[in-house]
Amino acid sequence: MSEIPAAPAAPGALEAALRAGRDAGRKLLVPYLTGGLTVDGDHWLEVLRAVVDAGADAVEIGIPFSDPVMDGPIIQEASERALQSGATPLSILDELRRADVGVPLAVMTYYNVAYHMGHERFAAELADAGVAAAILPDLPFEEVGPWAAAADAAGVETVMLAAPTAPDDRLPVVCERARGFVYAVGLLGVTGERAALATSSLKIAARLKAVTDKPVLVGVGISDADQAVEVCSVADGVIVGSAVVRRVLAGEGPAGAADFVGSIRAALDASIDQ
Amino acid sequence: MALADPGPSGRFGDYGGRFVPETLVPACQELERSFRSAWADPVFRTELDRLLSDYAGRPSPLTECERLSDELGFRVLLKREDLNHTGSHKINNVLGQALLARRMGKTRLVAETGAGQHGVASATAAALMGMECRVYMGEVDIERQALNVFRMRLLGAEVVPATSGSRTLKDAVNEAMRDWVATVEDTHYCLGSVMGPHPYPWMVREFHAVIGSEAREQCERHLGGMPDVVTACVGGGSNAIGIFSGFVDTDAELVGVEPAGGAAVGRGIPGVVHGMRSYLLQDEFGQVQEAHSISAGLDYPGVGPEHSHLATIGRARYEQVTDDEVIEAFQLLSRTEGIIPALEPAHAIAWLSRDREALAGRTVLVNMSGRGDKDVAQMMDVLG
Repeated sequence: MSEIPAAPAAPGALEAALRAGRDAGRKLLVPYLTGGLTVDGDHWLEVLRAVVDAGADAVEIGIPFSDPVMDGPIIQEASERALQSGATPLSILDELRRADVGVPLAVMTYYNVAYHMGHERFAAELADAGVAAAILPDLPFEEVGPWAAAADAAGVETVMLAAPTAPDDRLPVVCERARGFVYAVGLLGVTGERAALATSSLKIAARLKAVTDKPVLVGVGISDADQAVEVCSVADGVIVGSAVVRRVLAGEGPAGAADFVGSIRAALDASIDQ
Repeated sequence: MALADPGPSGRFGDYGGRFVPETLVPACQELERSFRSAWADPVFRTELDRLLSDYAGRPSPLTECERLSDELGFRVLLKREDLNHTGSHKINNVLGQALLARRMGKTRLVAETGAGQHGVASATAAALMGMECRVYMGEVDIERQALNVFRMRLLGAEVVPATSGSRTLKDAVNEAMRDWVATVEDTHYCLGSVMGPHPYPWMVREFHAVIGSEAREQCERHLGGMPDVVTACVGGGSNAIGIFSGFVDTDAELVGVEPAGGAAVGRGIPGVVHGMRSYLLQDEFGQVQEAHSISAGLDYPGVGPEHSHLATIGRARYEQVTDDEVIEAFQLLSRTEGIIPALEPAHAIAWLSRDREALAGRTVLVNMSGRGDKDVAQMMDVLG
């Protein structure tokens, strides 16, 4: 096992923005979009701008990978379509460089994309494209060292995932290394919509809130405004992926994505006011 | 040298590791602990040995191939894993993992399969031990291995098609991992090769080491010494590691034979997929490429990490053969020895046949990892 560097002391752009939002009494909303996925002529950057305008605090951009083992059917399909249309890690980052959307961006991809490009180069490409953070769901704590060293040096925040299966002594270790936010995996399973909120979502959020003051956002299985509000009774925020991407795949375009994200924003804001 | 315990990091040189979603990390750690304790427990070992002999039919024989040797011009011996129960070496690993799963209190097995040999073995072990079993199999492989699909269902397993990507073994592994992420509390992932996250490459090797230790003893008795060359086909590489493990500290040359269309060691570069760092067929952006082989069991773009290590340090070398050479070899062994090989070990025979001049005068031990019944329908189409 290679050495795992301590996380940088100071928060980066993503964590600073999320902490500021939380401190202002806001519940945090981070939609996920598959980079390079253009459906029916609606360019994905238009969808990105639309969800930002609809009230996203940050956006997670998926760089599609051929073998997305943490993803369910919706994101698998989106990834496959984006790859077939010729999207590459560099083409997506190039487009992001010009996007200038006004909220922090995190890239979500699988480790081989970074490993193949080289840790230093991938971190530099992210920083250069204005991406604040990276989420690599198949790179657990024990293996994160070489990537984290390169990311820290480039000023890229490495988000860590925390799962319901983790024993109590593992969570503080994972949170300690996390920057940006702590990604609480809401349930046992892959990404995708579920009919009801899993009770494991509330449980993992509470366990994490007890051990860290970093923003705790729950993702995987958060499907609509009601579920977002319910989980935010404990968590600082939510990541909503498949429910957004399903609408994009169905051709609902920037307007459809914005309507949906806006409905979650409104429900989260209303839950605070009460 | 002997093949080593990769330690807590699961590393074979630069290869291996545990690159899995956070959800699975505790399960992999628990599996590692459980395997260490079971492997050191005489009760577990006795129970496994009993199953290997009374149920699987071990030891498997060593067969001297007189007519094939005459045809090729050098001495060929086969380690007959095709004669095991279920028709391949896969049963060695599966009996070990199923016993371990039961010891860990798991009630359900999930497995991936390419040609269906590992799926059939998993379904068999599940039936034997009264466990539930689900097998993921690429849609393409379900078509070309219909016989094994029927066998798995007959044994009570549920066979679920993997419909994404190349719809072969790589995608079946993805689906099995996704299933395990959701079911890890009561389910053991019965992985079928020396690949995946730590401890699988090591654990599966240990369960197959019986091939090498038996073969070594048989060679000592039969040849009065060691063979010059030990060879086996390599997809993920479990049968090869199994037989190599018995000869790695001898002077025997170790040769893995990959399909030309899925030669991870021969044509890949290091990458990370399915929980491990190893040689991998990938494009310029790190996207995993599809393998193409006539053999569903070798149709895989990666390879077990210990093979990457053995190749890197030069202890084993890896050859490639084409589908056409394999089709020839499939017929050659059938005609000369009355043994219809599976398409997978036919790769090793294909290499012997092609490089016969270089091998002249040597004694070659081949791991005959499986029988060819499952491939007969496919070969009827190919040969007309």
